[in-house]
Amino acid sequence: MDTLLAESIERLLAGCSAPAVVRGVERGQGAAALWAELEASGYADLLVAEAAGGAGLGLREAFVLWLACGRHALPAPLAATAWVRAALARAGVAAPGGPLTLAAQCGRDAHGAWRCQNVPFGALADWVLVGDAQGAALLPVASGERRPSGVFGSLQAHIRWPAHPADALPLPGPIDLLHAGALMTAVLMAGAMQRVLEATLAYANDRAQFGKAIGKFQAVQQQLSVMAEQVFAARMAAEIGCAGDGIVPHPHRAAVAKARAAEAAEKVVAIAHAVHGAVGVTAEYDLQLLTRRLQEWRGDFGPQGYWHVQLGRALVAAKGPTLPFMLDELLP
Amino acid sequence: MIEALTLSSMPESAQALRPAVRAFLDDALRGRPMDRLARSWMGFDAEFSRALAARGWVGMTLPEAYGGGGKDAFHRFVLAEELLCRGAPVSAHWIAERQSGPLILKYGTAAQRDFFLPRICRAEIFFCIGMSEPQSGSDLAGLRTRATRTDGGWRLKGQKLWTTNAHRAHYMIALVRSSGAPQDRHQGLSQMIVDLSLPGVTVRTLGDLTGDQHFNEVFFDDVLLPHGALIGEEGAGWAQVTAELAYERSGPERIYGSMVLFDGWLQYLRSRPLSTPAELALGGRILAHLVPLRELSVALTAKLAQGASPVIEAALVKDLGTELEQAIPNLLADALAADPLAERPEDLLRTLSYVLQVCPTFSLRGGTREILRGVIARGLGLR
Repeated sequence: MDTLLAESIERLLAGCSAPAVVRGVERGQGAAALWAELEASGYADLLVAEAAGGAGLGLREAFVLWLACGRHALPAPLAATAWVRAALARAGVAAPGGPLTLAAQCGRDAHGAWRCQNVPFGALADWVLVGDAQGAALLPVASGERRPSGVFGSLQAHIRWPAHPADALPLPGPIDLLHAGALMTAVLMAGAMQRVLEATLAYANDRAQFGKAIGKFQAVQQQLSVMAEQVFAARMAAEIGCAGDGIVPHPHRAAVAKARAAEAAEKVVAIAHAVHGAVGVTAEYDLQLLTRRLQEWRGDFGPQGYWHVQLGRALVAAKGPTLPFMLDELLP
Repeated sequence: MIEALTLSSMPESAQALRPAVRAFLDDALRGRPMDRLARSWMGFDAEFSRALAARGWVGMTLPEAYGGGGKDAFHRFVLAEELLCRGAPVSAHWIAERQSGPLILKYGTAAQRDFFLPRICRAEIFFCIGMSEPQSGSDLAGLRTRATRTDGGWRLKGQKLWTTNAHRAHYMIALVRSSGAPQDRHQGLSQMIVDLSLPGVTVRTLGDLTGDQHFNEVFFDDVLLPHGALIGEEGAGWAQVTAELAYERSGPERIYGSMVLFDGWLQYLRSRPLSTPAELALGGRILAHLVPLRELSVALTAKLAQGASPVIEAALVKDLGTELEQAIPNLLADALAADPLAERPEDLLRTLSYVLQVCPTFSLRGGTREILRGVIARGLGLR
């Protein structure tokens, strides 16, 4: 089942998320055609309950979808839309059409005005799911003020709503966006890092210096081995985060996924660029499409340092040794 | 390109072992000081090994016909992680149970299986592994110890070095040259089961930097071995050793080597009213490494259980695991000294010192870090 799903998503994204498409969207050429193709594929409804017209799948299958989105640096919020639509369906709210995202950092002032900084895929989404301890709502970007983040090629945007918009769709009760966003981002990162490893291995075998492929030098081999280790660990952490039914992540597992992926990305990006040399930071070369995204994702929904403290607090609050805590609280 | 290791589930029957093992350890380890426990699979206690064997916990994966548990690799994994995380002194039987027994089961003759396996399962006989030599460390294929055919079997001449437990083991499985010369590399090597009580065997113990005595020089001065000493095929020693190393490298002992120290530190944090954000972050960081590592190790176990020999994946997980095992004492050393005026528990400091001093060996034994990364690079298609 998962293999079939993976192959079919891979086929779709290999076709519609080619590097030229990624660059076009990053340069502000819009993503309407791309989104129409993604929407037609039905994957945006993968996690929506069957009763609400979706495929009724859970995080285990979301892992497959998100991994592929990261792998292809998909310049559209398909991963986020799939999760937000499912969350809306759970809350009994009919989802509006178009791309959706969820805010990483958001808050509201005394007048109820929402401010969201660096909304992931905020440049492309029509609606943003926001929330705090008081409650959650889906806000239409059209009713707010959207500003680009100012970072080259970034798909993030700052969005603020001067007042609570009249056409907002309220959700009953608060909703945990932080852990869901962290887990989703960790999986995107695991997918992107896998692709970065493959690209770097191909380059190391291809590029010759001193009369032989640079991948034949032990110093380079040792670096690439370290990179592979980090990619394996990040993927496993992300998969642990997604082990389970339903769409609500286990908070500690999501924390492990994001913390480990972020720590891995630091090394993976550094080694990939070290091996590639100057060509790796060239705009025309594809590596940077993935590494720029990885750098952004490290911080989205909390960097490793934030999650380390959360995990450490849970661990110290537990009474016994680490193994039983891991088995009971962290492992599927 | 090596395929990703994916999440694997464990059979319930393996998980069900835990309560009995924990109850046994609560009793058996009571009163042992933390720095002794921190020695774990370097801690030698024959009586403890026999007590485990009496409960059927030595040789769990060996067939019942030989006195083993007849269980799959997951059962052994569960038992091993419970033992290692508590610092149970498992060194006496560990090598025999982890690799010598499975090796004899796979390559041994009926007579070898009948003789050795039941004794291993009863923890009556202990094994050591003769690989390294004075001129042959990482370059194992260059070894010089030689077995020459005689009418009655083999004559063994040469020397092994850094052999853990040779001074208290009954047998060594030695990798030796049985034909050709060192330049023939992987050809002409064989594995021999050497009875260490035979005339001509001399064992000289070397102390280590912590004052412990675990590794040795072993001299073979024309030791006469019977025909039955050869294990497996003559000349196939290299392939057999490679398969054996997958067992040695894939186990949970490559993750949990610093767990007694880590748990000791957590207990110290819990004894104080408040932990600092830096301490919480450190605990969480170590945990965030442990969790995926443990599942990578389970995924390797799943491959072993399917009969595969995940040599490259085992190298990858071992390198990641030893990196964490080495990071723990170094990070904790810093954390524990953060407040120079604070009084800290003496047993914790002693444990820290021990682990700090031995942790460089974590990435030496079973294949050095640099060699393992070369193995991984081969798996990545770079060589």
